[in-house]
Formats: sequence, C-alpha cells, structure tokens
Amino acid sequence: MTGGGAVAPLLDLRDVGKDYGTVVALDGITTTVRAGEVTCVLGDNGAGKSTLIKILAGVHQPTRGEVLLDGTPIRFGAPREALDAGIATVYQDLAMIPLMAIWRNFFLGAEPTRGRGPFRRFDAGQARQVTRGALAEMGIDIRDPDQPVGTLSGGERQSVAIARAVHFGARVLILDEPTSALGVKQAGVVLRYVAQARDRGVGVVLITHNPHHAYPVGDRFLVLNRGRSLGSFAKADVSRDELTRLMAGGAELDQLAHELERPTA
Amino acid sequence: MDPASTLGIMAVAVALLMIGGHFDLSAGVLTGTTALTVGIVAVEFRQNLWVAIGVSLLIALAVGFFNGWLVTRTGLPSFIITLGTFLMLQGLNVGLTKLFTNTVTVGGIDDVPGYAAAEWIFASRLSIAGTEFRVAILWWLLFTALATWVLLRTRFGNWVFATGGDEVAARNVGVPARRTTITLFMTTAAAAWFVGTTLAVRLTSVQANTGVGQELIYIVAAVIGGCLLTGGFGSAIGASLGALIFGMTQLGIPYLHWDADWFYFFLGAMLLLAVLANRLVRRYAEAARR
Repeated sequence: MTGGGAVAPLLDLRDVGKDYGTVVALDGITTTVRAGEVTCVLGDNGAGKSTLIKILAGVHQPTRGEVLLDGTPIRFGAPREALDAGIATVYQDLAMIPLMAIWRNFFLGAEPTRGRGPFRRFDAGQARQVTRGALAEMGIDIRDPDQPVGTLSGGERQSVAIARAVHFGARVLILDEPTSALGVKQAGVVLRYVAQARDRGVGVVLITHNPHHAYPVGDRFLVLNRGRSLGSFAKADVSRDELTRLMAGGAELDQLAHELERPTA
Repeated sequence: MDPASTLGIMAVAVALLMIGGHFDLSAGVLTGTTALTVGIVAVEFRQNLWVAIGVSLLIALAVGFFNGWLVTRTGLPSFIITLGTFLMLQGLNVGLTKLFTNTVTVGGIDDVPGYAAAEWIFASRLSIAGTEFRVAILWWLLFTALATWVLLRTRFGNWVFATGGDEVAARNVGVPARRTTITLFMTTAAAAWFVGTTLAVRLTSVQANTGVGQELIYIVAAVIGGCLLTGGFGSAIGASLGALIFGMTQLGIPYLHWDADWFYFFLGAMLLLAVLANRLVRRYAEAARR
C-alpha cells in the first residue's frame, strides 16, 4: 500500500504471470487500480493485454502471482464470479445485440420482473424509464430508448455499455480497446464517459494501444511488451512522448525511423 | 380459414425458433410422427386416447430436446441436424406404421375410449353468428397471443431475441443461451404434437407420410411474416399473418378458377418479396453503425 493513503487499492496485482502450456504469455505484472482512478494498460498487438483482461475478468486464472481485491487475495473460477465481485468487462465488439432496442440491451441478462409464477413478466415500463435515467446520469443523450442499438454510432454503443456496467454496480470497469475502431471525435466522446465513470468512484482499467487516448484520461500507466511489464508509472513520472516511445519499443522505433529516412546521397 | 389455423400454430412456433436463430426441418414430419403415435398407441395397443396423446407428447418433447441438445452441443448448423432428424423420422413413420398395421395408414381412432372429449378439445366445430368454424382457429389465436406476450413481455422473450441476434454477446452478459435454444426446439416439437393430435382426432385416420414437405411451408409463412433467416428479428403476429396470407391464397386460387399449380408460383413470389423487404429492414438497422 504505497502512494494514495492508507486505503487498500481496489485491485492490486502482484507479480502476476500466465503460461499457456510452455508459452509464457504474461510475466511479472505488478500494478494497482484505485477507486476513482484510471489505470491504462498500453501495449502493441501480442503484448499480453488480452491475457491480462481475461485474468481480471475471470476467464483465465493466473499461473503465478496474486490478484488482491480490497486487500484480499482472490481467484475467480468463472466470469460470473468476477461480475458478482463488481468487476465488469466491456468487450470491444461483443457488448450489444444490434437488432434489439436499447432498453432491452441495457437489461439483457438482468431483466427486472413483475408478478408471480407463470405471470412473471419483464417490467418493460420500468426498464425503459431506468435506461433513460441511467443514460441521462452519465450525460448520454439518447433520442429514444426504443431504437435498435444498430442505429447508434460505435461511440454511442460503447457509452451505453459503460453506462450499463456502472448502473449495475461495477466497482472495477475493464474496457477492452473502447476507442480502437472509432474516429477521433467518437473516441473523444467515449473517453469523456470513461472520465465520467471515474468521477463516480469506479476504478477503470482502460486497455488501448493508443497513448494519445490513454494519456489525457489515465492516472497510472502499465506498459506491456511481449508479455512483460516495461513498468507501471504514475502520471507525474512519465510524459506522453516517453510513453509513446516505450510502447513502440523505444530503440526499435529509432532504428525504424533511421531505416525509413530518405537516403541523402 | 381452416388450413391457415394448423399452419398458423406451427408457423408461430417456427417463428420463435427462427428469432432464436435456428431452423427445424423436422417440424413437418413430426406432426406426422405424433399423429401416427396417437393412432398406433390408441388403436393397436388398445389404450385410452388420452394415454396415446400423452405418449405422443413425450415423444415429441424428446425429439425436440434431442434436436436442441445436439445443436447446442455440437455447434453445427441446425439446418443439417434437423435435416437428419427429418429423414430419420420420415423413415420411422413409414417403417413402424407398416410394422404395426401392415398398411401405411392407421385408422379407427374414433372407436377408442376418450374420443369424445378429445374431439371436443381438438376438433369440435363452433358457430358464431351463423358461421361455423373449427376450434383450431381459436387455438391458433390463443397461441399467437401467448407467443407474442412471451416474446415481448418476459425475460425468456428477451433471451430469445438476444440468442438469435448474437449468441456470444448474449452469453457474455449472462443469458443462458443453450437452455433458451433447447426450450425453443422443444416448443416447436410441442406445437407439432398439438397439430399432429388435431389431425389424428379430426381425420380419425392418419397416413404414414403425413406432414412431409410442410416444414418448408412453416418457414415460408414465418419469413413472409417478417422473420429474418439469420435470427434475432421477427414476430409471432407476423408469422400468423404469413399463415393467413398462405391460407387465403390457397382458397382464393380455386375461386378464381385458376389452375392450382399457380399456387406455388405465388408462394415463391411472396417469399422472394418478403425476403427483399426483410433485407431492407436489416439494412436500416445496421446502416448507421458508426
């Protein structure tokens, strides 16, 4: 427990590693996620970001090291257990059913019901109302909760997914590349909702390969390269350029720049 | 109206299954299987008709469960799996009927104890305002209303749309997709049982080839009614309207003194138009993606 006071961080990763057979996918990952802060996980393709998400989301179990939730070591056997512990994951493209109305998507798998026995029914009125309210609280302006999710833009969809996770009491919100498929403006919108979730006291894990998206919103940066940590930095200790250089593999990038230079004859 | 009613009951069940993302090619022949089971158990094994109807329901549910279980277990297209059960049932229908009766028909169902009550429920004639009609029409309306309510106003209905729309996403948020799929297959089988029993009680004798070829007509009715072939979209009322259009065309063509062969031409044309219209709906829903 170093840094921000005596309170144990929401999530504390200590020397976490994961092997698939003989392949070391992840090794020696140490970082923290605090309530009301954004921890960014940066890395190029194949750096181990997905493996890290899967460990936190309960899809995989770590081979080495431990994950502490509120200071207590935990081990999830299934995604449902992670969800019940308050760790919600928003996957890049698998969060919503395009042909279903927003309010149906919002409550999918957790539908409020009314009545008893065979007359137990989906309380559609309440679902619509709560959806509208929850989205408004996050500052998301939806014209009509009855419109299919497919008519929303990619950014709006991510935003609705974030609002859904926050509404259902997520304490830790894992976002898998929420901005990667989006244009600059849309990405900005999503980042605003990430900040919004942070301000409501949620600990956010933002996974991205874009340091320009991560830097403005992040409080802590974990840089991964080929399954190993290149360090976990507080914002004060690292600049955006350093982050970019680290991510791209530093020396490798210099070499590339050199190779790509026009030959000066 | 009458041909539309039995077709409508099946079309509604098939529509639910299609919204859930699957086909059932064995649904048509299963109406024959259940009708034959009712006949054989009642006539050849000399059981009360209600016992026969009960046995028939159990067999239908077992077939539905088998279809659903195999589809969810293997992840193979339901088209192939139910094509398999379709052919198997078709063979069994003829084979077992011949084995038990030495002919390809089971008859004399009206001589069995319990027939009067069964006739009252499955095949009575009612008259309202001087027009006589069969009770199957009432059942059709009831099942359409029930299916609509389930689809739009229950958790299960929400899961059906989600499972058909994107099974992986549905599972990610905690929808029991596998259970939903199996339930849908069993619902379709139960509808086939209902229609099969209606046929057996109404006609009092059943041919071994009953129901073969009907499975595609159910799917056509559901598609005309707005179900997407890819799942995730459609309605029970639409499927009923599809069945109604189908029934009216079937009746209307003889009235116009046209050759009955034209019927299939219209059926095909309606199917094409319906699919094109569905595609527009889907485009609209996905156009503004990002």
